[in-house]
Amino acid sequence: MSTTTLRKGGMDTSTVIVATMLGIFAILAVFIAGNATDRLMGIHATVFFAAVAAWLLGIGLWAGKLGDRDPFDQTKYEDTLVKFGIFTSMFWGIAGFLVGIVIALQLTWPNIFYFEQWGFTNFGRLRPLHTSAVIFAFGGNVLLATSFHVVQRTTRARLFGGMLPWFVFWGYQLFIVIAATGYLMGITQSKEYAEPEWYADLWLTVVWVAYLLVFLGTLWKRKEPHIYVANWFYLSFIVTIAMLHIVNNLSLPVSLGSSKSYQLFAGVQDALTQWWYGHNAVGFFLTTGFLAIMYYFIPKRVERPVYSYRLSIVHFWSLIFIYIWAGPHHLHYTALPQWAQTLGMTFSIMLWMPSWGGMINGVMTLSGAWDKLRTDPVVRMMIVSLAFYGMSTFEGPLMSVRAVNSLSHYTEWGIGHVHSGALGWVGFISFGALYCLTQWLWKRKSLYSVALVEWHFWLATIGIVFYMVSMWFAGITEGLMWRAYNEFGFLEYSFVETVEAKHISYIIRMAGGLLYFSGAAIMVYNLVRTAIGHERINQPASAPSVSSPPAAASLQPAE
Amino acid sequence: MSDHTKDIDETTGVETTGHEWDGIKELNNPLPRWWLYIWYGTIAFSIAYMIAMPALPALPGLGTNTRGVLGASDRVAVAEQVDKMRADRMAAGTALLSASLEEIETDRSLQQFAMAAGESAFGDNCATCHGAGGRGAIGYPTLADDVWLWDGTLDGIEYTIRHGIRHEEDPETRFSQMPAFGRDGLLTRAQIDDVVNHVLTLSGREAESEDAAGRGADIFAAQCALCHGPNGTGDRTQGAPNLTDQTWLFGSEYRDIYNSVYNARNAHMPAWGERLDDATIKSLAVYVHSLGGGE
Repeated sequence: MSTTTLRKGGMDTSTVIVATMLGIFAILAVFIAGNATDRLMGIHATVFFAAVAAWLLGIGLWAGKLGDRDPFDQTKYEDTLVKFGIFTSMFWGIAGFLVGIVIALQLTWPNIFYFEQWGFTNFGRLRPLHTSAVIFAFGGNVLLATSFHVVQRTTRARLFGGMLPWFVFWGYQLFIVIAATGYLMGITQSKEYAEPEWYADLWLTVVWVAYLLVFLGTLWKRKEPHIYVANWFYLSFIVTIAMLHIVNNLSLPVSLGSSKSYQLFAGVQDALTQWWYGHNAVGFFLTTGFLAIMYYFIPKRVERPVYSYRLSIVHFWSLIFIYIWAGPHHLHYTALPQWAQTLGMTFSIMLWMPSWGGMINGVMTLSGAWDKLRTDPVVRMMIVSLAFYGMSTFEGPLMSVRAVNSLSHYTEWGIGHVHSGALGWVGFISFGALYCLTQWLWKRKSLYSVALVEWHFWLATIGIVFYMVSMWFAGITEGLMWRAYNEFGFLEYSFVETVEAKHISYIIRMAGGLLYFSGAAIMVYNLVRTAIGHERINQPASAPSVSSPPAAASLQPAE
Repeated sequence: MSDHTKDIDETTGVETTGHEWDGIKELNNPLPRWWLYIWYGTIAFSIAYMIAMPALPALPGLGTNTRGVLGASDRVAVAEQVDKMRADRMAAGTALLSASLEEIETDRSLQQFAMAAGESAFGDNCATCHGAGGRGAIGYPTLADDVWLWDGTLDGIEYTIRHGIRHEEDPETRFSQMPAFGRDGLLTRAQIDDVVNHVLTLSGREAESEDAAGRGADIFAAQCALCHGPNGTGDRTQGAPNLTDQTWLFGSEYRDIYNSVYNARNAHMPAWGERLDDATIKSLAVYVHSLGGGE
């Protein structure tokens, strides 16, 4: 199954296949640019063509300089790609957090941060930019980088497909650019977390299928007899996201030259499909994907065995079986039939313990190494991420109960819930993995500064607490105000009064976001210095030495 | 690694599964009991809930979805709650329909009810432009003072709410139109400068140029006095603002007034008679009348 054996003139088969695919897409882009019926489609087709042309040129130059060197040496791991992934993760993370602060400011002081002459800065355009940047750009790049690293190390095989993983990586970045510029220009299909239009969706589908091939191919040629649990989670993430993405984006473009398309579903069917997608994007992107990270990086960093193999099996299968049915809890007390709401609620409640299985397995892996919580802030970050994971996976089922939902729905409580999961769980486990990967892949004895990791940890933790508490308060306040009636049976508060009531909470939330962003900026500085090879001399006396030896770049000998 | 001999983790004394990936092993700990029992508990609760409530779709042969043994239904519950709310409001609401606005204001219980209804309706329909409590904004009149463009009486306010201002779909809407003197070329820029200087003096302020104000007085008499009155005191029958007071809807500075004369303003207000029921409109009139400046 190796594609690197058929070499001709510096180009191996996988490079030829990727170059041919890119060529076909370049021609398509030219065709669409020529037939564009709206200006925005013309811009996007041109941007896409320019990117693919530059890409092809890059492949050509690279292949020309190869000489006799085998770029996809099967006796070595593909680590360069993972290193690229670390940097794109940092870049998109910083970008996404920054946009988050901007929209928090807009909500707090709408008159000051409203720029009439710059339509692209409107809240309606920046909000999807923020959510997509942090979930799909930051989170997605972390998942790409870590999955490529983990699947190689735990199968003792180089990534399958030669040039194909590089296609996945750069193709995904191109998707992000198309999606983000689309939001700013006002292109959207108005589906939350699935805003990109049909052509961006199609491109992502191609990239994602290539991702699945790379992952399956690597598993197929593994040199370990068994498949490690982290890889089950990665695989469920890749497969399910493909399914969710395709079904939720079934739509018909107005024409090949139009950036506008219409959904296949209508009314309540569309709403249910959307939330089946939306909820499982949380389940299979932000939960199983990042549990995979947890299952590799925590035992690796603390050098202890995973707590329970049996628990990992039971909670894996129960998680993926139950999660997929829970989406209707986003549509309580709507036109969705009540029986479907009941199913959404009960499956969410049954999901509580399967979610917690991952937390137990992660935290208990520290058995016999609890001291590392004190000495290694990277370990602490990953364990605290599990605490936030446990908290938000308890809060989720709680909010899915219809009586609770009648208060919490549409309020800031939902925003707080999402961010305790996103900032606490997804963010912290990602930061932990990035700290580990940078140190290991650049083969550094230690990070540039462990003290700066402490700073990152505390700034971000306080930031999350600010965020969560202010949004709980704001959400419950407005929820109660919305349902308050006076003695004559009229609403006690007008809508705008309930907005005014959140002002102080908004300020605190914005401050929380700033703290979180500062922590991430410190991390980027620390990681860049680490990658360059710097090490701070005056480490505090308690600073740990490296907890894991640098991972070997060449494959371990097979049994 | 071996599948034949037991591999025991030294720290915990627990057996591993015998596999190893990149140095990672797995202990063979059993499922935590508390975890398992809570999970069973949630499953039991869910099954009970599904029996009690509508839960399963219309499977073949079933005809309809399951109704649940409690017979609960959101549709029925909402209908009941709406009926109850209507009934609660009915007593006072009916009285409101037949009473005149003056009667509402003098009957204590009617007035309390109308104020509650009016405040609620005002917050979600009127405050968007007129501000909470009718405090007003640039271009949107303050309703809490005693300055009225059209009519500050109870009946006048009700008429304005019902038919709107310059709402062309309603034939009975309050209507008047000030010409855009500059844009439509009725006056030159120099003439507008003159007349604005004169208007500044009407409210007791100093003109930027006495000469200009003098010339402006003649232009005012010829072009503006017909609606705004010879002394600029305005005319409420056609919504022409009083120019001698300190209330300026679109700003009191030279450039604001210049802009008003050059482009004209002619603000709009929708006719709420198309959207709100009679009781609500009456309540709104009573509420707005009470805000501070009702006549």
